Amino acid sequence: MRSRVELPWRRRLPAPAWALAAAVVLLLLALNFGALGAVFWRAEPGAAVFRPADWAALRFTLVQAALSALISVVLAIPVARALARRRFAGRRALVVLLGAPFILPTLVAVAGILAVFGRNGLVNQALAWAELPGFSIYGLQGVLLAHVFFNLPLATRLILQGWSRVPAEHLRLAASLGFGPAAMWRHIEGPMLRQVVPGALAVVFLICLTSFAVALTLGGGPRATTLELAIYQAFRFDFDLGRAALLALVQAALGIAALLALASFTLPAMAMTGLDRTAPPPPGGLARWVDVASITLVALFLLVPLGMVVLRGAPHLASLPAPVWAATLQSLKVAGLSVVLLALFTGALAMAALWSRWGQMLEGVGMSALLASPMVIGTGLFIIAFPLINPARLALPVTALVNAAMALPFALRAILPALRRAEADHARLSTSLGLGLGAHLRLVLWPRLRRPAGFALGLGAALSMGDLGVIVLFAQTGGETLPMQLHRLMGAYRTQDAAGAALLLLALSLAAFVVLERLIGGKEPHHAGT
Amino acid sequence: MRNPTLAAGLFAASMTATAFGTSAAQADDTPVLTVYTYDSFVSSWGPGPGITEAFEAICDCELNLVGAGDGAALLARLQLEGTRTEADVVLGLDTNLTARALETGLFAPHGIEADLDLPIAWDDPNFLPFDWGWFAFVHDRTRTPAPPANFRELIDSDLSVVIQDPRSSTPGLGLLMWVKAAYGDEAAEIWEGLAPRILTVTAGWSEAYGLFLDGEADLVLSYTTSPAYHLIAEDDDSKAAAPFEEGHYMQIEVAGIVAETDQPELARQFMAFMLTEDFQSVIPTTNWMYPAVTPQDGLPEGFETLHRPETSLLFSADEAAALRDTALDEWRDALAR
Repeated sequence: MRSRVELPWRRRLPAPAWALAAAVVLLLLALNFGALGAVFWRAEPGAAVFRPADWAALRFTLVQAALSALISVVLAIPVARALARRRFAGRRALVVLLGAPFILPTLVAVAGILAVFGRNGLVNQALAWAELPGFSIYGLQGVLLAHVFFNLPLATRLILQGWSRVPAEHLRLAASLGFGPAAMWRHIEGPMLRQVVPGALAVVFLICLTSFAVALTLGGGPRATTLELAIYQAFRFDFDLGRAALLALVQAALGIAALLALASFTLPAMAMTGLDRTAPPPPGGLARWVDVASITLVALFLLVPLGMVVLRGAPHLASLPAPVWAATLQSLKVAGLSVVLLALFTGALAMAALWSRWGQMLEGVGMSALLASPMVIGTGLFIIAFPLINPARLALPVTALVNAAMALPFALRAILPALRRAEADHARLSTSLGLGLGAHLRLVLWPRLRRPAGFALGLGAALSMGDLGVIVLFAQTGGETLPMQLHRLMGAYRTQDAAGAALLLLALSLAAFVVLERLIGGKEPHHAGT
Repeated sequence: MRNPTLAAGLFAASMTATAFGTSAAQADDTPVLTVYTYDSFVSSWGPGPGITEAFEAICDCELNLVGAGDGAALLARLQLEGTRTEADVVLGLDTNLTARALETGLFAPHGIEADLDLPIAWDDPNFLPFDWGWFAFVHDRTRTPAPPANFRELIDSDLSVVIQDPRSSTPGLGLLMWVKAAYGDEAAEIWEGLAPRILTVTAGWSEAYGLFLDGEADLVLSYTTSPAYHLIAEDDDSKAAAPFEEGHYMQIEVAGIVAETDQPELARQFMAFMLTEDFQSVIPTTNWMYPAVTPQDGLPEGFETLHRPETSLLFSADEAAALRDTALDEWRDALAR
C-alpha cells in the first residue's frame, strides 16, 4: 500500500466518495487548526511567554505520559499473548469487561481506583490488618496507576489485534519446526510486536498527554501540573488566550515528535497471507502458568475497582432522581449521533487512505484529534460559533462531532489494518472476477470489516456516553448529559445518588459497546482475537 | 455549591430549555432575561428551579438561567463573548473575581440601595451580594474528635487535608487569600509547613469533598455551612467545621448587571428580586450558604448549630486582585517542592 506503482487491481475511489473524504478531512483540519487559530486570533496582541513553571509542567507531562505508555504496553504484551492463545469459558465476556476501564468516565474510574488503592481502600485495609506499612497512591505512582488502569485495556486490544493477524499457518509451521519460546519470539512474535507496539505506545502517550484532572487529583498537588492544566489556567485564571494557544502548540508539538519518533521504529505491516485455519494448540508447562497468572492478575487489577463502583452504586440505582434519567436520554442522543458521524468519518477516510496516493497523510489527519488540547478545541469552536449562532443550540451536534473526532483515531487503528489485509489478500481475485466497487465492498471487504467496525463503533458509542472520560473536557458541553449530571450531583453534596449515577453510566457505556459490537460485528467471530 | 466542574461549560445551558425558551419567546413576545451563573446554581438540586419559578411569577418575563462552569469560568466566558454577550445579568462571581470583572468594562452599576445581613459593610456600586459563607476545614467528629484550632496546630498535627487548586477552583483561591489575610508575609512559611499535611489538591470542590466523604482525608477545605447539609438533608450530625483562631476568610457571592443588556429594566428588577424573601429563602438549603438578607422566619433549623467565627477575614476586591499572583507563586513554590 506504500507502493506508488499503478497496479491493475488497485481501485480508484469514485468521485462522491472522494468528495466525502475531502469534506471529512477539511472538517477535521478546521476542528484542530481552526480552533487553535481562532484562539490565537481572539488573543490580545502581545507576546505570549513560556514561563519557568511551564517548563516544569512540560517535564512532568512528558515523564508521566512516557512512563504511562511504557508500563501500559509492557504489561499488555503478556496479557494479549495469553488471551490470544488460550481458550476458556467466559473468555469473550472477559475481553469485553477488560475493555471497560478505557471507556469509563474519569470520575467514575478514579472513584473505583481509590476504593481499592486509596488511603481508605481495600489494599491499605488489608495491609493494616496484616500490620504492614500503608501505601500512598498520591504522587507520580498514583498518576501512573490510574493511567495504566485506563490504558492497559486499550494497549491489550491493540496488541491482541497484532497477534490475531499472525496467520495460523505460521504458527503451525513454527510448531512443526519445533520452535522453542526463543525462536518463536525471534521469528514470529518479535517482528509482529515491532509492527504494533510503537503504534500502541503512541496512542497511549497521546491520551496521557492531555490528562489533567486525574494527574492533579492523584498526583498530590501542583508538582503534578500538566500542560493541559497550564492551558486551563491560562484560559480560566489569567484569561490569556495567547498563552493558552502557545501552550497548546507546545503540547501538540510534543505529540507529533512522539509520533514521528515511534514511526521510525515501526516495521511496516506486511501482508501475511493465511487461510484462517485453526491454530495449533498453545504450549503447556511454564507458558501455561504465565498465561494464567497474566490473565488473573490483570483481571483483578481492572475488575476489582469496577466491582467497587458496582457495589457502591447498586443500593442507590433504583432511587435515582428524575433529572438523571432525562440526562440519560440526552447522553443516548449524543452517543447515537456521534456513532453515525464516526461511521461516516471512518468509512470515508479508510477508503480514501486505502485507494489514494495520500493514504498515509489521510491517516495522519484522522489521528490528529489526539494531538489537540481539548480545552483549546472547546474554546476555539466557541469563538467561531458564537457570532453566528447561540452556542447552546449547538451543544448536541458539537459534542457529538468532537466525540466522533476523538474516537476516530481508535476507529482507524481498528479498521485500517483489517482493510489493508483484506485488500491485499483479495483485491486481485476480486478484480479478475470483474466485481464492481459496490459488489467488492459488500462481498469482499464488509465480511472482513464487520468485526473491527463493530469494535470501533461500539468504542465510539461508549466513549461518547462517558464523553471520552479520559480526556476531561467535553463532558460539560452537552445539554445535561449523564456525566454532567453526575458531576452536578457531586457538586450538590449528593454522593449517594452520584454513586448510583456512576453505576448507571458504567452500565450504559458497557451496554452501548456490547450492543453495537454484536449488532455490527455479528455474533460469532470468524477469526479469533479482537 | 462551589462549582465542581473541571471544564468551562462553554456550550452548557440546558439545550432543551434554551430551544423551547427562545421559540416560546418568539411566539408571544415575552421578554427574556438571560442570567449567566455557575453550573451548580442551575442544577436540579441547586437554587435555580425555585428561583426561576418565583421570579417568573412576578416579572411577566421568562428567566433563562445559563450554567457556565464555575465562578472563574463564568467570567472567562463573558470575556470571550465580550460586548456581544446575550447575558443581561451575571450571578456567581466572588470578591476575588470582581476586580477583574470590573476591569473588563462589561458591567454597569446596579443602582440599588440594599440593607444586607453581612458580617462586613458592603458598598460596591457594581456588584450586589446574594449569599455568603466562611471557608472552613470540615472534619468528621467520629474520625477526628479533636481538630486543630489554627493553621499552626494543623501543621503540627498528623492529619491529612485535601484542598482545591486555586487555579481552577474558587474555594482553592479563597484558601490562598485566607492564609494571606491571616499571616501576611509569613504566608509562604505557613504553606511550607502545610505541604506535608496536604494529601492532594483537586481541580474542583466536589472531587475534594468526595475524597473526604470516602475517608481518604481527615479534613477538607469547604464551608462552615457544609455540616448543615448533612444535618438537614441526611440527619447526620457527625460533620463539623473546625473553628480557627485566626478567623475565617469569607466568600461573598455577587451578581452584576451587564452594561450591554437589552433588558435594563428587567435586569434591575431581577437584582432587586434577588434580595427579597422569595429568592433569599431558597438559598440556605439549596446553595448551602448564608443568605445575604436573612429571611423573616430566620435561618432553617439546624443552621444554629453551625460555627460562627468571631473574626471574619476578607480582602477588598482590589487588594485580592493585587495579591493574587504573589499568593499563587508562594503556594506553588511551597507545594511543588
